Amino acid sequence: MKTKKDSLSVVLKFLVLLSAVLTVGVIVLIVGYIFVKGVPNLSADLFAWEYNTENVSLLPALLNTLLMTVLSLFIASPIGIFAAVFLVEYSSQGSRLVKIIRITAETLSGIPSIVYGLFGLLFFVTALKWGMSLIAGACTIALMILPLIMRTTEEALLAVPKTFREGSFGLGAGRLRTVFLIVLPSALPGIMAGIILATGRIAGETAALMYTAGTVAQIPMGKDFLLDSTRTLAVHMYNLSCEGLYVDKAYATAFVLLVMIMSINVLSGFMAKKFGGNKTNG
Amino acid sequence: MNRKSEKVAKWIFCLAACTSVLAVAVICIFLFAGGLPAIKEIGVTNFLFGTTWKPKNSTYGILPMIVGSIYVTLGAIMVGVPVGILTAVFLSNFCPKGLYKIIKPLTELMAGIPSVVYGFFGLVVMVPFVRDVFGGHGSSMLTASLLLGIMILPTIIGVSEAAIKAVPDKYYQGALALGATHERSVFFAALPAAKSGIMAGIVLGIGRAIGETMAVIMVAGNQARMPNGILKGVRTMTSNIVLEMGYAADLHREALIATGVVLFVFILIINLVFTILKEAENK
Repeated sequence: MKTKKDSLSVVLKFLVLLSAVLTVGVIVLIVGYIFVKGVPNLSADLFAWEYNTENVSLLPALLNTLLMTVLSLFIASPIGIFAAVFLVEYSSQGSRLVKIIRITAETLSGIPSIVYGLFGLLFFVTALKWGMSLIAGACTIALMILPLIMRTTEEALLAVPKTFREGSFGLGAGRLRTVFLIVLPSALPGIMAGIILATGRIAGETAALMYTAGTVAQIPMGKDFLLDSTRTLAVHMYNLSCEGLYVDKAYATAFVLLVMIMSINVLSGFMAKKFGGNKTNG
Repeated sequence: MNRKSEKVAKWIFCLAACTSVLAVAVICIFLFAGGLPAIKEIGVTNFLFGTTWKPKNSTYGILPMIVGSIYVTLGAIMVGVPVGILTAVFLSNFCPKGLYKIIKPLTELMAGIPSVVYGFFGLVVMVPFVRDVFGGHGSSMLTASLLLGIMILPTIIGVSEAAIKAVPDKYYQGALALGATHERSVFFAALPAAKSGIMAGIVLGIGRAIGETMAVIMVAGNQARMPNGILKGVRTMTSNIVLEMGYAADLHREALIATGVVLFVFILIINLVFTILKEAENK
């Protein structure tokens, strides 16, 4: 029952297909370009322990990124997860407090990273006198990813079937015990997916870190390592491409950064899928 | 479990939840306290509507940056919105299932690429491209708009697709039954019903574009003067902060923080519009 289509329909279909091709083309072009230009420029020097002007090694920045990620997740995850537990398990929906919490969380997620950077500079770096440091950067980033962790955890908790909780209550467990032994473990894959997503955000962040964690390309060591200035891989990438002296190395660094982010995203997607499976079973 | 620990736990959870409220309050207080004195000293009209930014002469007018941000964002919208919405239509109504499994993750990957990588791509590919094809220096409003348009694509695609999918299938079916073609049913029955959701996506995209920093710095040229042509360089509010914060002191530093305050107010307004549109969608 193929009917001949009018010209408007044909034009519309053409536009839709064109846009889809454009979108896919752009992604493939960007990722492909970074891969093609990056891989040949990879070298062992890039992973040297020491960073200096002759050899702009990315290893210190890479390890700093790891350190920054762990530290900011360490701060943000408990707060974000507990906040979501409060919203889902302890509060009555529609109460004024819940409304305010939701509005502020949404506001937080809309604030651009440069504003977080400014705030971090004013508050952690200057007011608390921490200087540009690992801890000031981590606290700034923790605020930034807090709404993301809250939202994903909330979704994960809401997906846990009511019967689990009722069963637990029915067996005489209290609310606290139910939350920690029944609800949180069932929601774990979803929560993990959110945390991994946050990891990707942290690893790619630049604007919020430049004036809070600084740009020193060394691994923080010693007793006061929390107060040392650090440069993460994304900040390193920005410095390299702005200096314009190490274009080859910038390609390779972009490649490493992109591969890192892509694997983190794939991992998060995998966790989310596993979680989706749970949902249909429940 | 005894009552006491239950109570303590509830308080801990509540406290954690209130962190976001506290964070927003502290951010507002510190930004405004850091920026408002400078605005007062410079004068509200001189600061907001002054067309010259020359820290050396103590002239701080941020109108060029405000206009720059607005222009670049408008450009990004013109590039990103049509392509984004049409791609969302493709994903929701035209895409074969097998292809969907490839394209959807690709758009999600696009959302995860860090802005420095976008900026680097813009710097090494798009700037020379614009220079060769359109002339000028290459680092220009046009390049920044194109790059930002690409960067907001995943946001617009994601939100629009969800909005289109939320439209009851009977709208489409009804149009089809009345004899409309597949394309007409999608565009004139399903799409209008998803209007407020799509608008919310666009507003979210505007927020992303106006707040984007690193990618814009790398391709926009950053000249602090009134924008005069799409092939000329332009500086946004975000880049103004990053470029000069490193060495600014005293009133100059405060003027940069005040630039952040203006940006923050823009974002708050955009967030408000987004919330209103979302409420409209849920009704």
